[in-house]
Amino acid sequence: MEPVHIIQGTAVPLDRSDVDTDQIIPSDWLKRVERTGFEKGLFSEWKDNPEFVLNDEAYSGASILIAGPNFGTGSSREHAVWAIQQAGFKAVISPRFGPIFKNNSTKNGLVPVEVETEIGKRLLGEVERQPLLEFVIDVERALVEIPEIDIEFSFPIDKSIQERLLNGLDDIGITLGDETSISEFEKTRLAWLPSQD
Amino acid sequence: MGKTLSQKIWDNHIVRSGSGEPDLLYIDLHLVHEVTSPQAFDGLRISERNVRRPDLTISTEDHNVPTENIDQPIEDAVSLKQIETLRANAKEFGITHYPMGHPNQGIVHVIGPELGLTQPGMTVVCGDSHTSTHGAFGALAFGIGTSEVEHVLATQTLPQPLQETMAITIKGELPPESSAKDVVLAVLGAVGTGGGIGAIAEFRGPVIEALSMEGRMTVCNMSIEFGAKAGLIAPDEKTFQYLKGKANSPTGEHWENAVSEWKKLHTDPDAQFDREIVLNGEDIVPQVTWGTNPGQVIPVQGTIPNPANFENLAEREAAERALEYMGLEADTPFTSVPVDTVFIGSCTNSRIEDLRSAAEVIKGRQVSAGIRTLVVPGSGVVKKQAEIEGLDQIFKNAGFDWREPGCSMCLAMNPDKLSPRERSASTSNRNFEGRQGRGGRTHLVSPRVAAATAIAGHFATPEDL
Ligand code: SF4
Repeated sequence: MEPVHIIQGTAVPLDRSDVDTDQIIPSDWLKRVERTGFEKGLFSEWKDNPEFVLNDEAYSGASILIAGPNFGTGSSREHAVWAIQQAGFKAVISPRFGPIFKNNSTKNGLVPVEVETEIGKRLLGEVERQPLLEFVIDVERALVEIPEIDIEFSFPIDKSIQERLLNGLDDIGITLGDETSISEFEKTRLAWLPSQD
Repeated sequence: MGKTLSQKIWDNHIVRSGSGEPDLLYIDLHLVHEVTSPQAFDGLRISERNVRRPDLTISTEDHNVPTENIDQPIEDAVSLKQIETLRANAKEFGITHYPMGHPNQGIVHVIGPELGLTQPGMTVVCGDSHTSTHGAFGALAFGIGTSEVEHVLATQTLPQPLQETMAITIKGELPPESSAKDVVLAVLGAVGTGGGIGAIAEFRGPVIEALSMEGRMTVCNMSIEFGAKAGLIAPDEKTFQYLKGKANSPTGEHWENAVSEWKKLHTDPDAQFDREIVLNGEDIVPQVTWGTNPGQVIPVQGTIPNPANFENLAEREAAERALEYMGLEADTPFTSVPVDTVFIGSCTNSRIEDLRSAAEVIKGRQVSAGIRTLVVPGSGVVKKQAEIEGLDQIFKNAGFDWREPGCSMCLAMNPDKLSPRERSASTSNRNFEGRQGRGGRTHLVSPRVAAATAIAGHFATPEDL
């Protein structure tokens, strides 16, 4: 994973609640065994509609996705995160995330920014009015700034996740550093637990 | 202060704790399927890592498998490649694998319990959100993403931030026509799709205790639909009876020891939950979803909601969009809505008890003309048992298609799909837009309501027939 410090760019407003991962990437796309090539699958069913906000030229090049509450609920498919990233997004802003999606995001360096419902609504409105509004998301200070309209707010982020994002750390490597604790634990496991040996 | 059930299981699995890091939990069982694993195995190869405990890992193929002509090669080349990739990975890393056609093959959440792999007090993970199903045994079971699948393969552990606890108590007794599916749909109606986010939910109370193991699995299965990390139920005599004699259950002296450990797995009387929800069983009549998320639910005997009556603006807009997508008119009785397809299957409702309860409604009756009907057993074991009991004949005589096990029309990665605007009554767990095929319209119901609907040709409960 690449380290993430500051994300600076414009945003696209996806004014819907309950955007589940089946919408983010429909199941036809999940048959691929590779980790790349998912950008075309992003919202592929909604994209057929010319009115869909991601088809709007005014928002091309946006690196932040703003959505309504309960973004990324449903299926555990990490493909949803890969598709969003591969389409050029580096952060998603929503009042509430599906927990598995949120977890998957941080493992890949996509920053989930949880905002208060009211702020989320306001941001959607602002970006609908001004597509070129510049956002700065500072992971180290856990802060979002939109200087042009004088908005600044902090967002919750777990310390250990923040550290992984800032340093681009590989979780597996960290855990394997604890190999001895794992082996010790294994010696205490109960004798009857199922095993395929 | 006492501990809740989930806290006890959590504490029993801590490998490392403290230093500002999330707890590192040991994983007792890792279930693997073809869709969310290929990139994880690739990751292992790239980093030259191995599977730490192939003996605690089991894989099967379920999402992509066709449910007809399974002796023929799979026609969809991309599905075939995904399945072949899993077979090759299982072989390379020494993992037990149940391929299509094997007697133990089936939906990953159906086979774990029926093989006795899921036991009380265990931690169970799978790259699949409905892993919550296994919580019915008093296990801490949750879905993970592909990066975490790789992490568990490599280390047999997962770092996990602490979760809140949530108690969902169902008091009293259910009306006779209601089932476990109606219970969990009613919970969804009460708390909404975000109501469990950040929490592990424990279901309790007389209604839950009265449910069979199959029913408890149905309830825990859909915990993820209200956003809970996991759903679980304290093990009891029913749990022990279900497990006794299963292929991977403890035997002899181990059995006695196991049962006495399992009996400790309950929430202490003085334990506190962070959130509490209480519903009355008597109020839980048969349910159906009308919209495009599983929280949009009403009684089958109810009328389609009018968006104008929603006070919250976001909910009103969501309702308007949902009714438009679903092609429904507000304020009309739900039982007047005709269906095109009835699907009985998925990890929510494809176990033997589900098939028995649907067959009971169907017996001696005929599917309404022109309706497509599919019964897809959850596993080879369920299919065989149903055939021994003659349920397949009841379904076939009524005009149902009797299929081979798999996920099938639950998510339409195989050839079983809805066409645009086709309407289904489905015993699965997600009514998202396009979930069962592009443009398809899904209504979630119990197996009994699905069966009655197939006979009536429109939404119906068995009492309406
Ligand atoms: S039956 Fe449906 S919900 Fe269950 S594992 Fe298969 S696709 Fe997922």
